[in-house]
Amino acid sequence: MISKATPYRQSRVDAVIPARAGAGLKPEHISEILADRADVGFFEVHAENYMGAGGPPHRQLEAIRQDYPLSLHGVGLSIGGEQALDKAHLQRLAELNRRYEPGLFSEHLAWSTHETSYFNDLLPVPYDEAALDRVCDHIDAVQETVGRQMLLENPSTYISFEQSTMSELDFLKQITRRTGCGLLLDVNNVHVSCTNHQQSAADYLRDFPLEAVGEIHLGGHAPDIDDAGRPLLIDAHDREVDAAVWNLYERAVQNNGPLPTLIEWDNEVPAWPVLFSEVKAAEQILARAAEPGLRRAV
Amino acid sequence: MAAPNSLSGTGNPTGAGAGSGSREFSKALLDPDAAPPSGLVGPDGKAAPKRFNVYRNNVIVSLSEALGQSFPTILSLVGEDYFNALARTFVTHHPPETPVLMWYGDGFAAFLESFPPLAAYPYLADVARVEWAWLQAYHAADAAPLDPADLGAVAPEKIASVRFARHPAAAIVTSNWPVLDLVRANRFATDTVVNIDLDEPQSVLVTRPDMDVSVFLLRPGGEVFLSALFEGTTLEEAAASALEKTSEFSLADCLSDCLSSGAFAAIEGY
Repeated sequence: MISKATPYRQSRVDAVIPARAGAGLKPEHISEILADRADVGFFEVHAENYMGAGGPPHRQLEAIRQDYPLSLHGVGLSIGGEQALDKAHLQRLAELNRRYEPGLFSEHLAWSTHETSYFNDLLPVPYDEAALDRVCDHIDAVQETVGRQMLLENPSTYISFEQSTMSELDFLKQITRRTGCGLLLDVNNVHVSCTNHQQSAADYLRDFPLEAVGEIHLGGHAPDIDDAGRPLLIDAHDREVDAAVWNLYERAVQNNGPLPTLIEWDNEVPAWPVLFSEVKAAEQILARAAEPGLRRAV
Repeated sequence: MAAPNSLSGTGNPTGAGAGSGSREFSKALLDPDAAPPSGLVGPDGKAAPKRFNVYRNNVIVSLSEALGQSFPTILSLVGEDYFNALARTFVTHHPPETPVLMWYGDGFAAFLESFPPLAAYPYLADVARVEWAWLQAYHAADAAPLDPADLGAVAPEKIASVRFARHPAAAIVTSNWPVLDLVRANRFATDTVVNIDLDEPQSVLVTRPDMDVSVFLLRPGGEVFLSALFEGTTLEEAAASALEKTSEFSLADCLSDCLSSGAFAAIEGY
């Protein structure tokens, strides 16, 4: 059981996430972050890592929440799944939202559970009417249970479904129109998917409904090749943000204005100063985008 | 006109292929010999097994890594290559039934026990039980341990009938193997050499009185005594069970250990 008591609540900073850069929170960085009072716009955590009843994870997260706004990012709800959402898991997400009052709450356009098996990966969804109906129903259930708007993240994918009848962008636009959810624009995922499907990331971003975006993700990817020797990028979150992704990001925020931007680094996690320098690089781009004279005509 | 299966543009309004559904997809994820699901294609519209294998690999590797993080002593004892092969077998046969991976691995000890290639290493299963208890203690509800003064305040004639509430983080692992020494030698970077005598049985209490998980060696009969108390028996009954097991049992010493280690959250009644 997660305690409802939040004795530190009164001394927490405001929940609202500024249009600044933040970092994915890693336990090994926390003492350094708190000691340095690192100048970071916000932190984001994977909700599933904080679903235990107590112990050091909650103690550490509460300490972070005292000083920083928090974004809560679910990775296991399986919104794109064919079966009904796991109600117990949904309740756990709702409870974490109550406990930590995150400024943003997001999940993925993906599935990860079939029957009782959980695969711990963000698996792809076919873009057809049946899947659209299911995803919209699931997002309705999430927003109703958690009692707030959620952001849905665009996926990185490696294959396409022959059964798809609409583009990913049309699918996402329909979802936001029907459910009122916002979007989490993962620019690395845009680059990864567009490269993998041999399409133009610039075109994809140009058509992306930026007005629905509440947060941006940036992360590193690993290069590979596919069956026919074509480039295949893997969404590995194991290195610095790629130059191509920085360029796409700069274009998006210049067109749209600054947005809360998260650096994700989940594997081969570096020392805090390395991750912090990526956060600073994003802040420089956000600062340029905040100068109206430099913003491009949309 | 956008290509079929495009990410942007108008897409492919007719659709094509029967669609594999998540059943076939899931089955192929966990079975390396299965053909990739039908209806999945690369940018040229052709089947692309290497692309499907990215998902397969993500599933097996990420779950194996999660298992390695939960069972670092086992990883250290069998080595990384063997652990990866072992984890792959466990993951494909016993995938998680929850997206909360701190709760994944409950069956790992029993799997190690029944895995024929590991028959010569019978202590591994109990080591895994200690690591599972450790992980659950780490994430258990926070609670202050019983203040020994509370027991001191019980009238002497009532002491024998005292029952305790288990601390939410407390668990016992009963073993015929030196599980404490195996964990101490392999779970942490340590400068001290731990001598391991495989003939020394060690039963342990795992608990977390505050933020640090601790593993305490139980004295002879201590595992019987404490298990009985955790099941809700009275102090007198628990001591009798332990004495029946071994004449070496010392009530005063065992009770003192239980109080100082934080095995209990409260006195439940007397």
